Amino acid sequence: MLAVSELSFERYFERVFEPVSFELDAGSLLLITGSNGCGKTTLLRLLAGLLEPSEGEISKSEQPLYAGHFPAIKDDLSVQENIRFWMKFMGTRKSGQMTGLCEQVIEEIGLTPVALQEGRTLSAGQRKRCSLARLLFCDESLWLLDEPYSNLDPQGIAMLDQILKTHLNAGGACIMTTHGSLRPEGFDLQECHMISGRERYAGAAA
Amino acid sequence: MSRQSTGTAFVALLRRDFLLAYRRRAELLQPLVFLLVVVTLFPLGVGPSPSLLANIAPGVIWIAALLATVLSLDSLFRSDFEDGTLEQMVLSGQSLALIALARTVAHWLVAGLPIVLLSPLLAMWMNLPDEGLLILIESLAIGTPVLSLIGAIGGALTVSLKRGGQLLSLLVFPLYVPLLILATSAVSSAAVDLPYTGQLGLMLAGLIASLTLAPFATAAALKLSLS
Amino acid sequence: MNPIYLFFHKTGSPPWFYKYSGKLVPFLWAIFLVLAAYGLYLGLVVAPADYQQGESVRIMYLHVPSAWMSMMIYGLMAIMGFIALVWRIRIMEVLVISSAPVGAAFTAIALITGSLWGRPTWGTYWVWDARLTSELVLLFLYFGVILLYNAFDEPRKAARAASLMSIVGAINLPIIYFSVEWWNTLHQGSSMGSDGPGIHPSMLLPLLLMATATKFYYGANLLTRARLTLLKQDHRKRWVQDLLTEESH
Repeated sequence: MLAVSELSFERYFERVFEPVSFELDAGSLLLITGSNGCGKTTLLRLLAGLLEPSEGEISKSEQPLYAGHFPAIKDDLSVQENIRFWMKFMGTRKSGQMTGLCEQVIEEIGLTPVALQEGRTLSAGQRKRCSLARLLFCDESLWLLDEPYSNLDPQGIAMLDQILKTHLNAGGACIMTTHGSLRPEGFDLQECHMISGRERYAGAAA
Repeated sequence: MSRQSTGTAFVALLRRDFLLAYRRRAELLQPLVFLLVVVTLFPLGVGPSPSLLANIAPGVIWIAALLATVLSLDSLFRSDFEDGTLEQMVLSGQSLALIALARTVAHWLVAGLPIVLLSPLLAMWMNLPDEGLLILIESLAIGTPVLSLIGAIGGALTVSLKRGGQLLSLLVFPLYVPLLILATSAVSSAAVDLPYTGQLGLMLAGLIASLTLAPFATAAALKLSLS
Repeated sequence: MNPIYLFFHKTGSPPWFYKYSGKLVPFLWAIFLVLAAYGLYLGLVVAPADYQQGESVRIMYLHVPSAWMSMMIYGLMAIMGFIALVWRIRIMEVLVISSAPVGAAFTAIALITGSLWGRPTWGTYWVWDARLTSELVLLFLYFGVILLYNAFDEPRKAARAASLMSIVGAINLPIIYFSVEWWNTLHQGSSMGSDGPGIHPSMLLPLLLMATATKFYYGANLLTRARLTLLKQDHRKRWVQDLLTEESH
């Protein structure tokens, strides 16, 4: 589904991270670990296609779904209006009435109580849930999730795990980043540890 | 994979933009008030002599329109850029040029069209002869979309910069020069019963050229800003 | 592999470019000096004074080539910018941003010499004639590219933004030029400062010499700037370190 070979990216003419290589098959979950600033987000953005690699190659069978740091929620629109827009804009594999579908999605991510509230009133955890809504209505098989567990409460984490399990069982794949203790439990994981360019440089100079 | 049809996505984007504009409707007034204030400064600055004002009216009104448009351009993509919406749109597989066009159309409808509608008031203040009024409105109707289209390129290039606004003006003003020359010439000519259709024709050609080319440049600039 | 692709790939490599451009630069300076010296001699000393304008016409030998260069460089920036954006060739990015200050300088020279030429000819230092006005707008276009480049933190992103802007500017440049020409005829009738019905051969030769000389100046200046920029950008990389250790021997 995705193969990466000696991939790296440069900023300010330095490598952000040391070259990485891995392969991902259907049904797999890849966890990207590394210290803060080692380039995990940059790697995901490379895989998503927002950045062009400076070195190495990416070969992917399809365009992945990317859920990054920014939740892509408009402050001025309600949760429902936000999700409705994305459903209309991105298209959804589910058929049926848009309103009903929208309510269903909001229910699944547990935001029904605040469905009509404006984006600006949401807490960080609620924003995270809202940004994960796209996992429910987009039909990409490959997911790129940047620190998806951050800001989620235990129910949120359980919800995400459930969504993830369903996705993987259906033949999807997922790459997620984490910088610390928040790791997916109970999954069969691949891991890839990243080293920042600076770390390597410091190591070489020592 | 079910990619949404382009038309539906375009419409969804426009509707969202109108909804957002409506929720922030007080802010939309700012450039328009600016327009009115700037035009008012001219009689105050150069004296209220009717013949002098009539002489400089086309230029003054058009320059004020330029300034007001540039004010509203900075926020064209900024909000979407900062909250991650733009990223998602780029990744959605929809044509980025079409997305850029949708934003530009929405921008013109809430920022450019009001200028066209306010122009009779400005014409009155600047003592523009009646023969020139219709052409003023026409020139603005054709010209303000061009201002939005070209301005969007600048907006997209500067969106990732913290103080993009000032630089944006510097970038687009030289590009606006031909439009300014043609439009003011058209209005001045009409005001003294000289032919003006040539200028309007050229402006229309410019509009068509901008419509076909500018969204692609804007799309390239957006992709660049996101990298 | 395709030899053409290999050629571009090689020239795209910074150490290769640095080495070979370094060999070229002295020749470019030498040719520039020779041509400029001869051209200025012919223009300032040998060529006749103008029938109408007298000695002041000699400013033309600086003004006209500068104006030509100001436009040529912007066009080149757009072409190189296009290559830089489409094929992501770093050397092209460096060449684009190294060209901008040179182009701006030529534009400024054209403006200043044009203004000085205007004083004895029209009586004032500035008139809004077609050429001066176009040059002024061109100067603003250059400033835009340079300021845009400086506004970004990351150099490659900055260079790509500058490239895009120069492409947009270059497409508009002919339109701006013609609209200003037309505007000028609208408001002033025939403009001053044109070279007259035909140019005398004894004036043509120094003009062409100066025009060619400025091209070599541009080449030498551009390569020198580009080399310096590459050194600064790559100062941590192996090839620069090697150069420094080589030179210290």
